[in-house]
Amino acid sequence: MASLDRVKVLVLGDSGVGKSSLVHLLCQNQVLGNPSWTVGCSVDVRVHDYKEGTPEEKTYYIELWDVGGSVGSASSVKSTRAVFYNSVNGIILVHDLTNKKSSQNLYRWSLEALNRDLVPTGVLVTNGDYDREQFADNQIPLLVIGTKLDQIHENKRHEVLTRTAFLAEDFNAEEINLDCTNPRYLAAGSSNAVKLSRFFDKVIEKRYFLRDGNQIPGFPDRKRFGGGTLKSLHYD
Amino acid sequence: MSFLIDSSIMITSQILFFGFGWLFFMRQLFKDYEVRQYVVQVIFSVTFAFSCTMFELIIFEILGVLNSSSRYFHWKMNLCVILLILVFMVPFYIGYFIVSNIRLLHKQRLLFSCLLWLTFMYFFWKLGDPFPILSPKHGILSIEQLISRVGVIGVTLMALLSGFGAVNCPYTYMSYFLRNVTDTDILALERRLLQTMDMIISKKKRMAMTRRTMFQKGEVHNRPSGFWGMIKSVTTSAPGSENLTLIQQEVDALEELSRQLFLETADLYATKERIEYSKTFKGKYFNFLGYFFSIYCVWKIFMATINIVFDRVGKTDPVTRGIEITVNYLGIQFDVKFWSQHISFILVGIIIVTSIRGLLITLTKFFYAISSSKSSNVIVLLLAQIMGMYFVSSVLLIRMSMPLEYRTIITEVLGELQFNFYHRWFDVIFLVSALSSILFLYLAHKQAPEKHMAP
Repeated sequence: MASLDRVKVLVLGDSGVGKSSLVHLLCQNQVLGNPSWTVGCSVDVRVHDYKEGTPEEKTYYIELWDVGGSVGSASSVKSTRAVFYNSVNGIILVHDLTNKKSSQNLYRWSLEALNRDLVPTGVLVTNGDYDREQFADNQIPLLVIGTKLDQIHENKRHEVLTRTAFLAEDFNAEEINLDCTNPRYLAAGSSNAVKLSRFFDKVIEKRYFLRDGNQIPGFPDRKRFGGGTLKSLHYD
Repeated sequence: MSFLIDSSIMITSQILFFGFGWLFFMRQLFKDYEVRQYVVQVIFSVTFAFSCTMFELIIFEILGVLNSSSRYFHWKMNLCVILLILVFMVPFYIGYFIVSNIRLLHKQRLLFSCLLWLTFMYFFWKLGDPFPILSPKHGILSIEQLISRVGVIGVTLMALLSGFGAVNCPYTYMSYFLRNVTDTDILALERRLLQTMDMIISKKKRMAMTRRTMFQKGEVHNRPSGFWGMIKSVTTSAPGSENLTLIQQEVDALEELSRQLFLETADLYATKERIEYSKTFKGKYFNFLGYFFSIYCVWKIFMATINIVFDRVGKTDPVTRGIEITVNYLGIQFDVKFWSQHISFILVGIIIVTSIRGLLITLTKFFYAISSSKSSNVIVLLLAQIMGMYFVSSVLLIRMSMPLEYRTIITEVLGELQFNFYHRWFDVIFLVSALSSILFLYLAHKQAPEKHMAP
């Protein structure tokens, strides 16, 4: 049972956006009854069928690491959190649709997680400002999920969704908007479920099927390979 | 005519304070949250503005700025407004926001918040009974009744904070108390943390696989929830779900362990940073200050004990005493009246500024530590309430630091309160708070190194 291959995906976002509820929904297909503060990191596992329905179907374990805390935490907490960012294969960025600040903080979250991987090359990232080029360079697949969709009033929905579309574009990522207390948003066959599946497939592909010169992050030649292989992976 | 000028000066300064409170709220407190209910921000800024105005009036009193009768009028008005806010508005809104968070009571929010407010008023009133704070000749709804109770709460808060601050300050500043932390300690702890996470993951993998096979076979895992659920699960349960419950319990224990390890590692990182900081100039300066503060703290505890034991309440304020000492013993002659005014202005000013700054910093730290996106409104209002009560009682206590001629206005405005009682109460609570903080810090300090040395 434990002999299946695994990939590691981080779930990041401000406290109170609903990461724990989301992870619970993704892994156990049930709504989390009593959400409470996440101290440190809580992990859950999802069994995913890569390339479902095709002859190359294979089952993988996807570890969802739900890291608690806020971007403004003390630096001691940030250093402790950094130990969870090792060898990450994918990142899910979670924000609260009713709270604009949580969406803005996603830039800082992604930088915090990605910097951890960039450190070995000695590339210094300055003061944490958002820089689009850093994300263009990024090899790790990202997914943006907006929660608490049910709390957005009908007439504000359009404006909120436009804003989040820009956000997802900045990260060069897909986006899903849902309500973690309602499993029907991720019902099998819905467009959200398809996007999720595609994201996990992409993560698995990056990890297991592109070993030729593309594996180690920070490898100086990766720009050459990065452009070519990225194109072939772009589903649309 | 002069009354109009005075009033316009007061109003301008109030608007300034309001703006400052607004900015502080937006930039510091609500940095990470979105302000959706502007009522909260307005209430906070208004409380801050009126509290600062009281201090401003004290300063004006000492400096002799503005007309004496207009000062008196503004004092009274300010006091009424602040009491109105602290006793009526803020508690009502706290109740309202608490009720809004609870989904069940959402429909009848107003009703339940009124009920909550009435409960608050009842306990607030009962608070006055055990304390000898009033002479019986005051009516039921007079300012003195309200002020005395607000004063009790505020003085308790002040004493608690001072006691803890007096002890905590040297403890944090001095590097004598820093534990020795090396990089290997941190790495070892991190390794343990990651190992625990791996164990949790392997168990969760088993659970996920079991759930999947059960789902494919058509069984459903009902987690035993509630009382009847537990009874049912004793008699009828598929073998798969029994397995799951067992593993779930193991996972719960491991998760608790991982949380502990995470907190310990964060603690070690914090200590390491403090050690590095203590080697810099600033660190050394603070270390030096820490020694001073520890002496000051010991002296204050000593004085509080003496005051209580010998039932002594200071009659003269430090300024007049200082001047007396210099004139009588050191033989230096100078214009007493002129200097006493300026020195008390500086002294009172320093006291006011440091207490405002200290309170705002403490409130901010508190807010970051305990608030979440749901409870942020309630917590900010609670902090506004604490801030208002704190400032009102500061005015009560600051009376003791001022020379006699300036005390009269406070005595006039606040009415005939038993001021001595408040000082005694402050000393008692200060002593209790300081001693229990010492005990608490001692225990925490003892316990920590043993945890890290464990293999």
